[in-house]
Amino acid sequence: MSDTHSESVRFVRETSLPPAEPPVAERGIYKWGRENLFATPANGALTIVALYVIYLVLSGTLPWLFNGLWTTNSLSECREVLDGRTGGCFSVLTERWNQLIFGFKYPPDQYWRPMLAFVMMLLAVAPVLFFDLPRKMLIITALFPFTAYWLIWGGTILVPLVALLGVVVGYIVYSRLVTQNFALGFFGGVAAAIVFWVFGGWIVDSIGVANPMLEAVPSRDMGGFMLNMMLGVTCVSLSLPIGIALALGRQSSMPLIKWMSVIFIEFIRGVPLITLLFVANVMLAYFFPPGSGVDLFLRVVIMITMFSAAYIAEVIRGGLAALPKGQYEAADSLGLDYAQAMRLIILPQALKISIPGIVNIAVGLFKDTTLVSVISMFDLIGMIRGPILASTEWNGVYWELFGFAAALFFVVCYGISQYSQWLERRLATDHR
Amino acid sequence: MKKSVFIGALTAAGLMAGAAAAGTLDDVKERGKLNCGVTTGLVGFAAPDANGEWKGFDVAVCRAVAAAVLGDASAVEFVPTTGKTRFTALASGEIDMLSRVTTWTFSRDVDLKFDFAGVAYYDGQGFMVPKDLGVSSAKELDGATVCVQTGTTTELNLADFFRANNISYEPVPVETNAEGQQQYVAGACDVYTTDASGLAATRAAFENPGDHVILPEIISKEPLGPLVRHGDNDWGDVVRWTLNALITAEELGVTSANVGEMASGTQNPEVARLLGTEGELGAMLGLDADWAKRAIETQGNYSEIFATNIGEETPIGLARGLNAQWTDGGLLYSPPFR
Repeated sequence: MSDTHSESVRFVRETSLPPAEPPVAERGIYKWGRENLFATPANGALTIVALYVIYLVLSGTLPWLFNGLWTTNSLSECREVLDGRTGGCFSVLTERWNQLIFGFKYPPDQYWRPMLAFVMMLLAVAPVLFFDLPRKMLIITALFPFTAYWLIWGGTILVPLVALLGVVVGYIVYSRLVTQNFALGFFGGVAAAIVFWVFGGWIVDSIGVANPMLEAVPSRDMGGFMLNMMLGVTCVSLSLPIGIALALGRQSSMPLIKWMSVIFIEFIRGVPLITLLFVANVMLAYFFPPGSGVDLFLRVVIMITMFSAAYIAEVIRGGLAALPKGQYEAADSLGLDYAQAMRLIILPQALKISIPGIVNIAVGLFKDTTLVSVISMFDLIGMIRGPILASTEWNGVYWELFGFAAALFFVVCYGISQYSQWLERRLATDHR
Repeated sequence: MKKSVFIGALTAAGLMAGAAAAGTLDDVKERGKLNCGVTTGLVGFAAPDANGEWKGFDVAVCRAVAAAVLGDASAVEFVPTTGKTRFTALASGEIDMLSRVTTWTFSRDVDLKFDFAGVAYYDGQGFMVPKDLGVSSAKELDGATVCVQTGTTTELNLADFFRANNISYEPVPVETNAEGQQQYVAGACDVYTTDASGLAATRAAFENPGDHVILPEIISKEPLGPLVRHGDNDWGDVVRWTLNALITAEELGVTSANVGEMASGTQNPEVARLLGTEGELGAMLGLDADWAKRAIETQGNYSEIFATNIGEETPIGLARGLNAQWTDGGLLYSPPFR
């Protein structure tokens, strides 16, 4: 039977054809292009328009970027060298680099101090942001505020030392008393720390070191991107715990605490930040006797912190509200008291839900720090708008300076948002 | 209890503020530093240079006062203020004097309770337009969009001018001179208006200054000068006469170069009184005899300050114009030192 066909049929293929490449139009870049860029006539038209727009933008910016000058000494010199060609005058960035970063009054031989503080900040936030790092690194984080203060402001080391010891004293009192009652421990600790600070400050004042190890730099002399970083880091890290406390306060069953939180949050949210900054700068000066006013930097920190704390509180309240009631009941049924329930069950879940919102506020806050230029503090934008554009050499350079500011802010804000996405993935415990 | 503490604190603060306001001269001497309010940056008038040193016309006035009072022209704490924060900074005592291209007006002098120590620069508001617009007079600006700095007399003058001529305009409010310049270059407004000195400085910074014209109309009087708090006349006198000393020095031919030899031997009795070799003028002010000499020595006389900061040799290139001495047909006229 098997060879019946060998006589009746002329050809039988005994091996299969080798697989052929798909036709040109169905593979590689052609397929991708056809499917994604030219799927329909309308799509094709849009693609061509988009390409044209991209060409326009690049043909405008690329020569400007690559023809840019980095070494001239003034705008007029720049224009002379360029001689009519398109090109940016980036020399303003190189010549005023230190002013853009540190402001115009920070003593140049002390620039290493904020730089060192910046590096330390990276080290200090690392264990907070990435929990896989060894927990011992949190010691750096705990010491960071005091060392950074000393590095940036200088002066006698006794001030941050007293502040640090005050915290330690407060903590000791807290850990003694907390075994009886959380509230007693908390307020006892705070009171002990304040008493220590008052006495310590009095002693430091009376000692009065004549030649401190680091030259003291007043707040007024801070500026540039350093000021934005200082405000951003301080305010974000302060407003987070205050925001949590406010959110919990608003949920509280004790009317006094509840209403205080509600009034604070609603008042602050009802007032624009710029108004609060004007109050900090202008109005408070009327209430303090001349010369003894609270430092302007501190006033601004307080105002921005209050502002963002109110917003963060509402975000966290959203997280708390999103938790099923069963979680609260589960905590109760385990016999946990309020502090334990919050710490162990409620807040970890609520905060996880709130991450996108909190990051949103943090990014917004960091960008809002540029508002201080309106109350004549020389942050990055203040430096650009004021001294640099008002100098005879650089009067008239806009794109380069503001582009640089935008790039700096973009890097930081994009970093924050990338981190938050990583954090969300890392904390995802559900199976979606 | 709490309320009474609060009121007590307020009273104490008020008392201390009052006490401090009563003797600014003593305060400054005790502090060893003059707190002087300046702009956050205006070409030629006040701006820190690449080394963070404040330079400019207004700055020189501050330094002259510091040199006269404290004997050290660098003993000045420059407090940058914006158009909105300047008056509260002065009223609250944060600064001792304000030298910030501030126009002397009735309401600022009377209602806001300040004392102007004199006129350091006679300015007036003008308009700048691109040449392409083909406008040759401000009265042809009907329907124009105008960039104007908020919180300044410029804004009010602009409204007055257009109303008086019965033509319409659309204001584009800007915060600083730099911002106005930028908006104008970007074409956000047809016209930029500010003090004529500012317009000249702005125009000088353009890539093609020839493409822009400054219209001939000067629509306001803008006498710019340093000011102090009302009611502290001793301190007001110090600032006023320091400014007058700079102006008189030019009139009498005293410069930073020859002030030393003029002081040691001069035939002119007014020069001798000014420089403290004769008479007791310094002591009357509560200063030593060399006060004016130090101010002139460190900053130069009025014409030197003008020339180094905003004069024709600088990129701003302002002519003396109204700011020439009265003997040269200008308005500068200092009362005699007698």
